[in-house]
Amino acid sequence: MSDESLRTPFPQRAHAALEDAHLQEALGIATTRFIGLRKESFAGFPEGEALRDRARAIKEGTLQQLDRHLERLADNIERLGGHVHWAATGEEARDIVLRLCRDKGVRMAVKSKSMATEEIELNDALEAAGVKPVETDLGEYIIQLAHEKPSHIIAPAIHKTKGQVADLFSKELGGSFEADPEVLTAVARKELRQKFLDADMGITGANFAVAETGTIVLVTNEGNGRMVTSLPRIHVAVMGMEKVIPTMTDLMVFLAILARSATGQKLSSYTTLVRGPRQPGETEGPEELHLILMDNGRTRQIAGTLREALYCLRCGACLNVCPVYRQIGGHAYGYTYPGPIGILLTAMLKGAASVKDLAHASSLCGACKDVCPVRIDIPRMLVDLREQLEREKIAPWPERMTFRLARRIMTSPALFRLGASLCRVAQRPFVRNGRVRGLPLFFGKWTRTRDLPPIASRTFSERWPELDNSKDLQRP
Amino acid sequence: MITCLGDLFFPEVGVAMVTLLRRLGVTVEFPQGQTCCGMPLFNSGYHHDAAVVAARTVGLFSGAEHVVVPSGSCAWMVKSEYPGLLKDDPALKAAAEALAKKTYELSQFLVDVLGVTDVESSFRGKVAYHDSCHLLRGLGESRAPRTLLRGVKGCELVELPGSDECCGFGGSFSVRLPEVSTAVLDKKLASAEGTGADCLVACDAGCLMQMGGGLTRRGSRVRAVHLAQILAPSEHA
Repeated sequence: MSDESLRTPFPQRAHAALEDAHLQEALGIATTRFIGLRKESFAGFPEGEALRDRARAIKEGTLQQLDRHLERLADNIERLGGHVHWAATGEEARDIVLRLCRDKGVRMAVKSKSMATEEIELNDALEAAGVKPVETDLGEYIIQLAHEKPSHIIAPAIHKTKGQVADLFSKELGGSFEADPEVLTAVARKELRQKFLDADMGITGANFAVAETGTIVLVTNEGNGRMVTSLPRIHVAVMGMEKVIPTMTDLMVFLAILARSATGQKLSSYTTLVRGPRQPGETEGPEELHLILMDNGRTRQIAGTLREALYCLRCGACLNVCPVYRQIGGHAYGYTYPGPIGILLTAMLKGAASVKDLAHASSLCGACKDVCPVRIDIPRMLVDLREQLEREKIAPWPERMTFRLARRIMTSPALFRLGASLCRVAQRPFVRNGRVRGLPLFFGKWTRTRDLPPIASRTFSERWPELDNSKDLQRP
Repeated sequence: MITCLGDLFFPEVGVAMVTLLRRLGVTVEFPQGQTCCGMPLFNSGYHHDAAVVAARTVGLFSGAEHVVVPSGSCAWMVKSEYPGLLKDDPALKAAAEALAKKTYELSQFLVDVLGVTDVESSFRGKVAYHDSCHLLRGLGESRAPRTLLRGVKGCELVELPGSDECCGFGGSFSVRLPEVSTAVLDKKLASAEGTGADCLVACDAGCLMQMGGGLTRRGSRVRAVHLAQILAPSEHA
């Protein structure tokens, strides 16, 4: 998302999303479907709960010795003839890719879906350097044609209806295509086939990288990842450092729960294991393999409040169940990673101040924590982020004053009673049929769309003395 | 424990709870000076302020054998967050842990402590039950309220599609992002109206304020009521 759109305050971005009928239609259908598929998948998988605990423990254990696992991974990739690059920042990661493009005379790069490359806005950088990036995941292909950004971690074009996609294809590719997913997929497939053959470089992310074997693992559903990693002469994988896992046995644990959480599949259609570039005697695979290990704010959270967010597998399950995401979609969040986990990842990458509004874009309902395959306590970390915003005085001062005052009232029964009495008088002009409506100022934020019960003529505390004295009358 | 929203807006819920508990042979006391559990402060990140409120509340209830709250979120706050908030003072922390252990949301108290599933009440009508987030996911309770409702004579419990989804209240969330909050609410209310229920039942003052406020605004025939009002209907109507 551009800085331009971030200049619109978050509540207005959310408002625009709520008004977008296409978005509402597309989101409602897709998230409901994802929720159902996930639920069904785990219902028929009794060992799933224990595997989730195991996966969480593996992530935690790996973080405790992240340096050791990363070095082992790097050693093994180099032993297989691959190259490993260490990038402290997103900018460094981008520069490494651009330098490779320059040195190797790359004019076109095909890409499989990767949030890490979205995070560093690689496509814009490639284009500026004269390299044509071509997204080959269908969803990514759609949004690249539309000059948009992904609005979901695993379903980048989730915000579009099939009718919108048909219109887009017709306009951009020339032709008249009906709003039939199969027809549209065939169109994209035909367009992309030649691109795979012509590209000089294939760029991917990595769902996992196995330290003990030097294996880069891609989990996809369209087979494009396999083409991207095998047809072009150079394969570059950009990976967040937290994606390393120790062993192949660990990989099995993650694979058993990842697709189930994301799409409800037992396994995704393709699980691609890349072990080094083409070896002597082999007939397929790239001549060169480069793995970029990117930090970009991650390792400083190993000892930070957002530590658990480093467990994230990027399955998107928390987005699908989030009542806020389901209403406003991914673009309104304004950053690469949307949804509940996206707020935490944005804080990790860009600092807490960047999410001073987004940190409150959650009712803390806990649905995200419930479905997270590695049980990340997202609500708890959102509350901790809010605490940090308050502590560092990033929260606006009127808010801070209001809560200080609230504390005073909550710790003084006399003030509490006085406040109730004052409100009882103040609410009088607004009570109609026993309901409070049309309150002014701040309070209108509630009453514009909802009634408020009036403060009772006698609160429970005020009624208690007589309840207490008439115990016998209360008995049947 | 009658927390702020219940005290100010829904005193009849507290009265129903007292009536019910007494009918079941429980001696009910109400320590004077209660205000709010501090959850609004905690959720917005004002943890130091929430700790001050928590310390005060812990003191008020030190003498009770059990503490019963007709609101799942307040019960969760006391049980899950008080000990952590007061961790720096060993004596307070111990007191908070003791309070956490003896605090119950109403339906859990009735079913788990009193062992009651039929409170021998009657209610004529169809009810749908909404799972409040903190009771469901915070305290892991979905069965007790339904069990109690099934035990009420004349009361037909219908399943609410998406009953486990948030009503959009979320405390200050409801006024920080009122449009999103209302959009979430509208979905919940449409679902409730679709069941043909007369009452939408919940065990949380926050949800009741949100859902009730939406229902009367849209002129719905469905009413939002607290579980206690179904279990002790004499005080309700």
